[in-house]
Amino acid sequence: MLSQDLNTILPEIILSLYAMGALLAGVYTVKDKAAPLLVWLTSGLFVVVAFWIGTTGEGATAAFSGMFNDDAYSRFAKVAILLAAAAVLIMSQEYMAKRDLLRFEYPLLITLAVVGMMVMVSAGDLMSLYMGLELQSLALYVVASLRRDSVKSTEAGLKYFVLGALSSGLLLYGASLTYGFAGTTSFAGIIEATDGGVSLGLLFGLVFLSAGFAFKVSAAPFHMWTPDVYEGSPTPVTAFFATAPKLAAMALFARVVHDAFGNSISDWQQIVAFLSVVSMFLGAIAAIGQKDIKRLMAYSSIAHMGFALMGLAAGTALGVEAMLVYMGIYVAMNIGTFAFILSMEKDGMPVTNIDALNMYSKREPVKALAMLVLLFSLAGVPPMLGFFGKFYVLQAAYDAGLAWLAVAGVVASVIGAFYYLRIVFFMYFGVEQEDARLDSGTSPILWGFLVASAAVMVLGVVNLFGIEPLAEAASIALVN
Amino acid sequence: MIGLEHYLTVAAALFVIGIFGLFLNRKNIIILLMSIELMLLAVNINMVAFSSFLGDLVGQVFTLFVLTVAAAEAAIGLAILVCFFRNRGTIDVEDVNVMKG
Repeated sequence: MLSQDLNTILPEIILSLYAMGALLAGVYTVKDKAAPLLVWLTSGLFVVVAFWIGTTGEGATAAFSGMFNDDAYSRFAKVAILLAAAAVLIMSQEYMAKRDLLRFEYPLLITLAVVGMMVMVSAGDLMSLYMGLELQSLALYVVASLRRDSVKSTEAGLKYFVLGALSSGLLLYGASLTYGFAGTTSFAGIIEATDGGVSLGLLFGLVFLSAGFAFKVSAAPFHMWTPDVYEGSPTPVTAFFATAPKLAAMALFARVVHDAFGNSISDWQQIVAFLSVVSMFLGAIAAIGQKDIKRLMAYSSIAHMGFALMGLAAGTALGVEAMLVYMGIYVAMNIGTFAFILSMEKDGMPVTNIDALNMYSKREPVKALAMLVLLFSLAGVPPMLGFFGKFYVLQAAYDAGLAWLAVAGVVASVIGAFYYLRIVFFMYFGVEQEDARLDSGTSPILWGFLVASAAVMVLGVVNLFGIEPLAEAASIALVN
Repeated sequence: MIGLEHYLTVAAALFVIGIFGLFLNRKNIIILLMSIELMLLAVNINMVAFSSFLGDLVGQVFTLFVLTVAAAEAAIGLAILVCFFRNRGTIDVEDVNVMKG
């Protein structure tokens, strides 16, 4: 039995042993000189593990008496998390090396965060959920304040820590109520206990749990940390925050509401629909006045989480499928966009002001065009891939009888299109300022990620690169 | 006779005090850390009370995990706080305001 259980969590064990071993080896030998090597090694390991999980896993296995699930759903999320983390690590290397930030702990902290996310998406019990979530959060608090000699970065870390700890507290309080009123912490037990309706205590538990998850996915009204943390953290760390942890938290949210509270869809549907509609509008409206592109991306991510939650609010297998497809597209878009932001430099210093992009197309036509495709895709303009992501969730919400939510989503996406198109306007028709001109030339790695991501947004229209059947299998594994 | 409700009431009161401590406190970041601990301890009281009420050990196991994680969390929080203090020279909550949105 035990060897079978260990076999099921072998990918997580390998990654955590790697992280601990590399930490020890790094401390006792060359320290930060090993960092570039470790970055490549870690991202290589992520890709290998992703392929291993993606190609060999089949069926559904529960390990440790149901505490840890390995099914099509968790495998889909894990592969996406690992690939996104690998891409962000590779992108961050040059930026961090230039600014003397490339410490050997960085790739290892990312590894530990990734292990936490992998545990989160496979959780089958409130305890494994909490341990995974905390492993991820604790590692992320540290990387947020990685630039420890900067006021902004430490302040970002501090804010993230305080609000993250608050959200863990809310989530835990919900977990304790759920445990008390269901009599068990396992999702299978909770769904049995809610067979004949949800008691008031369990409802409170569900609300607190949802508030905790809403913090982690940065859904309004629990979004206040996002803009500050995005702005203050070093840009590669922001790129990481915007991709893998969002996907993991979203996947975990869906896992809990379907696996543990699948009998009481009408109870959580209202909560999720409320979070969704508030996030979409807040993200769309608050981003309009932003001058810093990292802050703008923070509000953009809040709006996108609103759309992903719309898929979840549908409460159907189709809704989960739409949510997974949406998150996959969102991560791919954000990797490209952050590759562009990482390449924004003036005299070797990073620039995040949108004004610096005035008439960018004259100097860098290819990069400007790639960014234009990505921004159109983020805004959901057809025929880019981002449009299809939005189309899926709108359809799922409409099919589930939430027509008002779908209409609200369309309105919010039209409002939101304004600030994306404003950047396009600056790049193509703005007034050029000599002193704000960005450096030309980009590292081939960032250029490659930017162009590849833009190409995905255009070429993916054909068949979404085949993620649709995978997402469908994943959603069927979760909802039944 | 002290029953389950009494424990739950105490825990709920402590939890709410913790949340208010986070939001109303304008003085010192250390107090924020204390408020966070208070919230987690309220959860622990809940867990142990339910565990004893249900005659089920899982709640106490959960409590041990929460205690451990809370210790790790406090360590990381204090480390970040020290870095912040070195840069800013103050730990007043009102001075955590370089970025505004």
